[in-house]
Amino acid sequence: MDTHAALYEQGKQRLETLRSLPRRHEETIFDKMAQHGITRRDFMKWSASVTAMLALPLPFSTLVAEAAELADRVPLIWLHMAECTGCSESLVRADTPNLDSLIFDHISLEYHETLMAAAGWQAEENLEHALETYKGNYLLAVEGAVPTANNGAFLTVGCKGHTGLEIIKHAAEGAAAIVSVGTCASFGGVQAAYPNPTGAKGVHEVVSKPVINLGGCPPSEKNIVGTLMYFIMFGKLPALDMFNRPKWAYGARVHDNCERRGRFDAGEFVEEFGDHGAKEGYCLYKVGCKGPYTYNNCPTERFNHHTSWPVLAGHGCMGCSEPNFWDDMADFEKPLGRQLLHGLDATADTIGAVILGATVVGIGAHAVASVFAQAKED
Amino acid sequence: MSQRVVIDPITRIEGHLRVEVEVDENNVIQNAWSSSTLWRGIEVILKGRTPMDVGLIVQRICGVCTYSHYRCGTEAVENALGVKIPLNAKYLRSLMQTSLYMHDHIVHFYHLHGLDWVDVVSALSADPAKAAQVALKYTDKPIAAGEGELRAVQERVKGFVEKGQLGPFANAYWGNGTYKFTPEQNLIALSHYLKALEVQRVAAEMLAIFGGKQPHPQSLVVGGVTSVRDMLSPARLQEWKQKHAYVTDFIKRAYQADIVMAAEAFGTEPSVLGGVNVKNFLATDDFVLADGEYMFNGGVIMNGDLAGVSDINPDLIAEDVTHAWYSADNAQHPYDGTTVPNYTGFVERDTVYGKLPTLDGDGKYSWVKSPRYNGEPVEVGPLSSLLVSYARGNKVVVDAVNALLARTGLPVEALFTTLGRTAARMLQTVIVADEGLRTFDALLTNIQSDEATYVKPEIDANKEYVGHAMIEAPRGMLSHWIRIKGGKVENYQAVVPTTWNAGPKDANGKIGPYEASLIGLKLEDPTKPLEVIRIIHSFDPCMACSVHVMDFKGASLSEFKVSPNGL
Repeated sequence: MDTHAALYEQGKQRLETLRSLPRRHEETIFDKMAQHGITRRDFMKWSASVTAMLALPLPFSTLVAEAAELADRVPLIWLHMAECTGCSESLVRADTPNLDSLIFDHISLEYHETLMAAAGWQAEENLEHALETYKGNYLLAVEGAVPTANNGAFLTVGCKGHTGLEIIKHAAEGAAAIVSVGTCASFGGVQAAYPNPTGAKGVHEVVSKPVINLGGCPPSEKNIVGTLMYFIMFGKLPALDMFNRPKWAYGARVHDNCERRGRFDAGEFVEEFGDHGAKEGYCLYKVGCKGPYTYNNCPTERFNHHTSWPVLAGHGCMGCSEPNFWDDMADFEKPLGRQLLHGLDATADTIGAVILGATVVGIGAHAVASVFAQAKED
Repeated sequence: MSQRVVIDPITRIEGHLRVEVEVDENNVIQNAWSSSTLWRGIEVILKGRTPMDVGLIVQRICGVCTYSHYRCGTEAVENALGVKIPLNAKYLRSLMQTSLYMHDHIVHFYHLHGLDWVDVVSALSADPAKAAQVALKYTDKPIAAGEGELRAVQERVKGFVEKGQLGPFANAYWGNGTYKFTPEQNLIALSHYLKALEVQRVAAEMLAIFGGKQPHPQSLVVGGVTSVRDMLSPARLQEWKQKHAYVTDFIKRAYQADIVMAAEAFGTEPSVLGGVNVKNFLATDDFVLADGEYMFNGGVIMNGDLAGVSDINPDLIAEDVTHAWYSADNAQHPYDGTTVPNYTGFVERDTVYGKLPTLDGDGKYSWVKSPRYNGEPVEVGPLSSLLVSYARGNKVVVDAVNALLARTGLPVEALFTTLGRTAARMLQTVIVADEGLRTFDALLTNIQSDEATYVKPEIDANKEYVGHAMIEAPRGMLSHWIRIKGGKVENYQAVVPTTWNAGPKDANGKIGPYEASLIGLKLEDPTKPLEVIRIIHSFDPCMACSVHVMDFKGASLSEFKVSPNGL
């Protein structure tokens, strides 16, 4: 059996398992879509686009559609730690018109501080109830880093005054899967930048379970929703890279799919913001673009319903989906390999190898690995 | 006998906020404490970095008013270095801010504040046909409020309720007696809640056109703006204008109408008639218009005296930490302050929910400092901005405020209420949407003869620079203060809107706007304190913004030490 056929079989089995779970809603997704004037055809189109987004062959779109139909059986608990709510804001932008709210309906959102109606004692009750009732079955999404200094006292949540550290450890125990949404939850983010006064850490550093890291400050709405869908469809973690990021989203360098890549290859660079090159869309490497060292699908998926991404807006990539980027990639308007960029003979790859040292070995391996290598091994 | 009520987390806000109140035997609040329970230390992290990176880093203070800190931090550096940015850059920044306001205020009213006004469960018993007629009372062109649309919304939510699967609507204070909308009015507002989810996406796209993405746009740099190609593209400009028209349509036909509806329904509800108990207001000039004028004016109003509006004196701003989890002897000006964390934790006591850890009101109880203007607490936010502009005789604002009062039949005093605070946010959104087009037109005119978007800044490593910027964020006046030495950030501080509003009491026992707004409020049921949530939400809390530090020299906190010297 080839890789895709095997994966398809896995997906089907997973859906059978889901189908055997008790229903949460009597109404089908198609009844709901009809209420919103969404036709079956629109829905299949949406499924096809999600399939393409996940880098799966088109026949998988029927699985995507079936998964969306069954998605109401996956409870989602979303916790906020040391954060700025940018990732929630990104989630709220989920961009396929009308359908995102349906997906929202079908993932049972048990706890989300920015969106839930309940407050205070009653909100904490919702969390405790969900952790108990859906033990072993809920998806746990975490936004924000976990402060660990001073026994975690830099963050407490809820009437009972538990620290963020205590809450994460408890919630992780019963989670079917944990998704760290954004660079803070994944790698500590801005509060973990030097000198990291609160001892902020990524979730995977404080729990003993596998965690999916969605790097990005914030990750695009597509990377958040797509990752949740992957779990729902296949019932397991997607193939991950060396930093536990899903390969379907973080498998290629920003530089490789960049709309300005042709300019880089031709040696046409913006020398100063607002100059002739800036107006013509030249490469932003010399004004600090970190695309050559950054793995993400920003150039192909963009943000806000494909509206734009930083490089289109004339600002270099700042490498926000990479660990420690606030320290490793600052000063953001200067090229990382500036000391090497005497001529164009020094390619970005060489520069990366020198600057990132040992890390580059991993990045190289990562870049050539098949998206489904891990799935095949399973 | 008095009882302690603990509310944590306050949901539907940015960040982590805890509020505790003490009610007497009649459930009237006698005392209130507001506390932020998270500290992140962004300004410590800034020290020793290049000033060119400041904007990108301080932007991560908040992902909601995501653009405000970006711009304020960038402009503080420009102020310090004496950089004068090109006119196009000013216009583009103003258009991005216009986009942010149109987005942020809609999300606040519908998705954060809305469920304090709208009883979702009540909406299920509404008659959709009747509701469609009711909608016509508040605008002659209702949006998402036709009979068929309302029926669809009702059936959709009914499915949740009948099966006990309320999802994000579960376990809220439904049925509380201070909800005042009729079932039909609730249904209209619920329909707008769902419609607004779609509208806010488009509003976010507006900012992304010139910003690259939203949240956390990435097109401002010290010296200007990078999105020159988008500025010069007629397709891009038109895209912005079309999205602007779409969002404005919703603002006029839904948001504006819903506030009028709320004013009518809640006009006699005691818990929304008070709530502005600190009558000092601060706002700054902001939103660059075509002719270099500002859409809103700056100034200070003390003791509710609209006739006595005066200019801001930045020297009179100081922060007190007597009851905040920091150590310092006196209130300090932003340029000279220190921040030495001093966490003292909670105190166990009886509450309406049994024994709980509670805030130590006599000691330290929040990570938020207490900014004071000339020693007095002040409120900032859309209400302050409108009051200052009103007091200044800003014609657009005066006309808008007077028209709303006439439309609702409310007296001027109604501005100084929770309702007034919420209505001011809507009025500000309408003004920003309308007037923002003047900036857009000015940009179109200017780019025909001028394509400049950037001036390269110069830093002399042998010089020391000091600068600050004051802007209006959606939650109120925001100021960033920077000291640059040796070409690096020597010191940094943000004095943010939520700090002004949410800070704990000061050394003189003076309380800030959050706490003051709650005292005297009567609760229907102390175990379901909807009234408290409603008042606090009317300020639009943003806690990540409010927690900041500036000077960490010598700081140590039981188990860790921090090097003071940056990178």
